[in-house]
Amino acid sequence: MADFGYIIQEDRQINYDANDRTLFYFLKRVEPSISLCIGCGTCSATCTAGQFTQFDLHKIMLYVRRGEKVHIANEIKKCMLCGKCSLACPKGINTRNIIFQTRKFLHSNK
Amino acid sequence: MNKSVIVIGGGIAGMEASAYLSAMGFNVTLFEKDEKLGGHLLNWERLFPTKRLGSEVLTFLKKGMDEKINVHTKTNITKINAENGKYFVTNHNDEIFEADALLITTGYDLFDARRKEEYGYGIYDNVITSAELETMFLSGKPIVNKQGKVPKRIGFVHCVGSRDRKVGNVYCSKVCCVTAVKQATEIREHLPDCETYCFYMDLRMYGAKFEELYNEAQEKYGVTFIRGRLSEANETIDGSLLVKVEDTLVGRPLKMTVDLLVLMVGFEPSKGTKDIAKILNLNTNSNGFIEVADEHTLTNVTNLKGVFVAGTTTSPRTITNTINDARAAAAEIACYLNLYTIQSRNN
Repeated sequence: MADFGYIIQEDRQINYDANDRTLFYFLKRVEPSISLCIGCGTCSATCTAGQFTQFDLHKIMLYVRRGEKVHIANEIKKCMLCGKCSLACPKGINTRNIIFQTRKFLHSNK
Repeated sequence: MNKSVIVIGGGIAGMEASAYLSAMGFNVTLFEKDEKLGGHLLNWERLFPTKRLGSEVLTFLKKGMDEKINVHTKTNITKINAENGKYFVTNHNDEIFEADALLITTGYDLFDARRKEEYGYGIYDNVITSAELETMFLSGKPIVNKQGKVPKRIGFVHCVGSRDRKVGNVYCSKVCCVTAVKQATEIREHLPDCETYCFYMDLRMYGAKFEELYNEAQEKYGVTFIRGRLSEANETIDGSLLVKVEDTLVGRPLKMTVDLLVLMVGFEPSKGTKDIAKILNLNTNSNGFIEVADEHTLTNVTNLKGVFVAGTTTSPRTITNTINDARAAAAEIACYLNLYTIQSRNN
């Protein structure tokens, strides 16, 4: 296409009606405590992986919740399943199991 | 002769204070502008955080109202004169009542949601207030939208008319957050297939069992909380509403359609409160409510000797706190009328 010096920006809006939230509904079924997240960020603050990479658990979970496409498979690989986040979470969310179940879901939906 | 007290406003605070004052032996006259006593409680089906029936609390309040209390409903006050430490209250029929002390319990009005026109209340069919949803619950009829359709998705907008400089109300109305959580869970009980969303700035779950209700709403009832204030709501062709909000936890704008949008309207000083303040020359605070003599220690005392206040006349508060405040006011008035020495602290 000819370059007219313009680009079309992609819509940044989260289109909630159109988004696919299958993974979130799956996680809610197998680990109901996921619903309790208030986005405080304690999990991310304590995360060793997050100290050295862009890994941010509460952000990823929020995207999953809204049905936003993120490269979850790539992101979630960064987690070493140490479980520090589960110990730190003030809401008692089993964050480690959420990662574990997400991997399981992605594996069976390959 | 027994000393007498006139209570103006027959809501929760007025009823409970009248009950206590009468029990303490004072002659109590209670004025109410409406036909029935009970105020806003008459329009509420269930109460947070326990979801017990509002009518149970009303029954309790009525039980306190002994036959010695002179109740005048459908009564408006036109004039109040003070003479030699006594108050003379004139009603709309020009009848004059005498009292040694006045208690003002004229309370609050709900915020008129039309003033937040970006949400479309009064313009779009399916934008309603939290009070209207409560009326739906109270009627026992099925929950449907204006088109008679069972809603599949309902949004609750927090802080409508509260914490909003643009409408002139900088204060928090204290009860709307937990009311939204309560109503969202009730919707899930009535309509298990209906998704519920709360759009909030921050959730103020300060009271006993509030946080527990919030946790239950998330885990048991699957209510979704989206942090962000709606910029606008627009009606779509089928009568549903397209809402736009910044999802501030994700950090991106979000749009979704809802079949019903519930506006959590806040408290404003009632017309009755403003009228009485004017008639008596009572000081009002920066929020328009009646000013108390000391925010910490003299919360039922006004700038006028012998004129006391209780309940939501001074600030938004819960039913629990209103009942406590009414009893506190009754004690304050008893100290004043019986000339207890503890009263000297007030000067």
